[in-house]
Amino acid sequence: MHAHQLDYLQQLEAESIHIFREVAAQFERPALLFSGGKDSITLVQLAKKAFAPGKIPFPLVHIDTGHNFPEALAYRDWLANEVGATLIVRKVEDTIKQRNLTEPKGKFASRNWLQTYTLLDTIEEFKLDACIGGARRDEEKARAKERIFSVRDDFGQWDPKLQRPELWNIYNGRIHKGENVRVFPISNWTELDVWNYIKTEEISLPSIYFSHNREVIEHEGQLIAVSPFITIDENDTVLTKRVRYRTVGDMTCTAAVESTAATLDEVVNEIKATRISERGETRIDDKVTEAAMEDRKKNGYF
Amino acid sequence: MDLLRFITAGSVDDGKSTLIGRLLYDSKSILADQLEALEKSTKNKENGEIDLALLTDGLRSEREQGITIDVAYRYFTTPKRKFIIADAPGHVQYTRNMITGASNASLIIVLIDARQGVVEQTRRHSIIASLLQIPHVVVAINKMDLVDFSQDIYNNIVIEYSKVAAQLGLKDVTYIPMSALQGDNIVEKSVAMPWYEGKALLNFLEEVELANDINLTDARFQVQYVIRPQTENLHDYRGYAGKIISGIYKKGDIVTVLPQQIETTISKLEIAGLEVAEVFAPQSVVIHLADDIDISRGDSIVKSDNLPATGNELEVLLCWLGDKPLQPGNKYLLQHNSRSVRAVVKEIAYKLDVNTLQQQEVNEAIKLNEVVKASIKTAAPLVFDKYDALNVNGSAILIDETSNSTVAAVLFN
Repeated sequence: MHAHQLDYLQQLEAESIHIFREVAAQFERPALLFSGGKDSITLVQLAKKAFAPGKIPFPLVHIDTGHNFPEALAYRDWLANEVGATLIVRKVEDTIKQRNLTEPKGKFASRNWLQTYTLLDTIEEFKLDACIGGARRDEEKARAKERIFSVRDDFGQWDPKLQRPELWNIYNGRIHKGENVRVFPISNWTELDVWNYIKTEEISLPSIYFSHNREVIEHEGQLIAVSPFITIDENDTVLTKRVRYRTVGDMTCTAAVESTAATLDEVVNEIKATRISERGETRIDDKVTEAAMEDRKKNGYF
Repeated sequence: MDLLRFITAGSVDDGKSTLIGRLLYDSKSILADQLEALEKSTKNKENGEIDLALLTDGLRSEREQGITIDVAYRYFTTPKRKFIIADAPGHVQYTRNMITGASNASLIIVLIDARQGVVEQTRRHSIIASLLQIPHVVVAINKMDLVDFSQDIYNNIVIEYSKVAAQLGLKDVTYIPMSALQGDNIVEKSVAMPWYEGKALLNFLEEVELANDINLTDARFQVQYVIRPQTENLHDYRGYAGKIISGIYKKGDIVTVLPQQIETTISKLEIAGLEVAEVFAPQSVVIHLADDIDISRGDSIVKSDNLPATGNELEVLLCWLGDKPLQPGNKYLLQHNSRSVRAVVKEIAYKLDVNTLQQQEVNEAIKLNEVVKASIKTAAPLVFDKYDALNVNGSAILIDETSNSTVAAVLFN
């Protein structure tokens, strides 16, 4: 490669840092939505680089469903401390109580959908005008069409038909009072790009991303971790398997994959070889309807 | 490994979705569960084989209306390159969508149906490619299977399109005969067209030279954000963060801050907190200057021996993207990279017919998807280049301050 040519990861990184700086400059009260997953961990790394040697000039916000992996929570606290960022945690549990919401029922009762309420309350509480998220366009087809700066109305709703044209590297973050913008700095990254970046940058991850022994039940071909949040009935067999997680969401809706990959190199090699998409392999909730994500986004989801 | 961003222009009828589906499918970017979902959708439509076009099928609201709302982005990687496809639909709102998708593309695939040859839409897409100065053009002459893979038909289309390319000044044009449906000349060279001596599409996309697409001669930098930690150990730290728009900067370079017109020297360059000797486009960096100057977001730092234009009266080409019409006298916010200034559209000289490139007289308000030559006056000076000379510093957007919508793409003349 030419002396003055960036490779693809460096180009993606430069683009993402540019986006982070636009957010810091254009908005009064931005926040980074931090889930403890590898995509938001990548966001933190990019934000760190964007504002070095200064600190990240906005808080990390975690919408805690109460169904998180303990390893992810421990990592979250460690990372916030490590980068010196303010960590704001708001619990779905509290929203359920305050707003008299009905807990979802069923075998893998997921609070995923209820997160939206807590998120919107948090946006209001802190008057957030921009929420930075780790969504990628390769994940899913509703995301493939979303802008990097995605304007949401007072109800947090996304209207795919009313998106602003997004030209060159010029981001229009102007909004009316009450509206907010969801910003996706790694829109153009694929799952493999994120993994390659984590490897290149030697970013540490929660331990559940690497092979470990775990008690699971098998449900429709997917391995679900045994936890107090799922219902185990007599037809289920609890097995101990050697697994790792490819994405980290709630314990109720994230499936593990069988794996012996214990290092980043091994994980990246497995991801390269896989023939199943990230969401297809690991997300239980996306299979419900073909347009599940489109619906959730329209209702204020990330 | 480097990165190629390209746009595909064409309508469903040209086989655009099939082409993209084929690229993703044959480059093994479609994973098993996505394929399974595809098979399911295809079965619903009762037509046997998997319909590759469904791979690029979007939202439910689109399926219900049978249209494509917007630009969708697709990703695939081969051992040689990473690709980002901006998949822009070809229906009525073509200009808005195409400009959105094309503004970051270094290559455009213009699809032609071999049975139709060069049609009005081909011309429109090519005109946008020329307006936005997309460096590389691939003319994909598709559906060759429906014309018996005829070399004569291919040759005639090449002759026909060459005239369009010459008229528009398109420089790097490559013609590839193909059948997206059957996979001819997409990933593998076609057995049915032994007379075609060029590369298959994917191979061409992997090898097209991109090194010259980024201008490394004219150094341009705009301040995005000022980093001032103001902590005890970084008390006097003041760094100007931004992306190198074009060119190369080195420590010690004599630079001018514009529009203030103050000369100083680069005292330090940083990337992610680490000092480096030089920086180049399109890196995101931090610049430190030797002198204490009042600099804020939107100001430019350029080399003193290579200055861009500075001014507040501009001749521009406007691609109108707003639903509300444009009339002379309208005021907007103009955003040029990170610099925002108030602007008024003073005069509209003529309208450009996007089918013929002819200049037309303007008798009424300018509507969505129209392209006009206009003069603009801004409340504060801009530091810019002509789009033709340096597009990354020659482009801006207009924002309607009442709706906050982006209503125009601005190309400086």
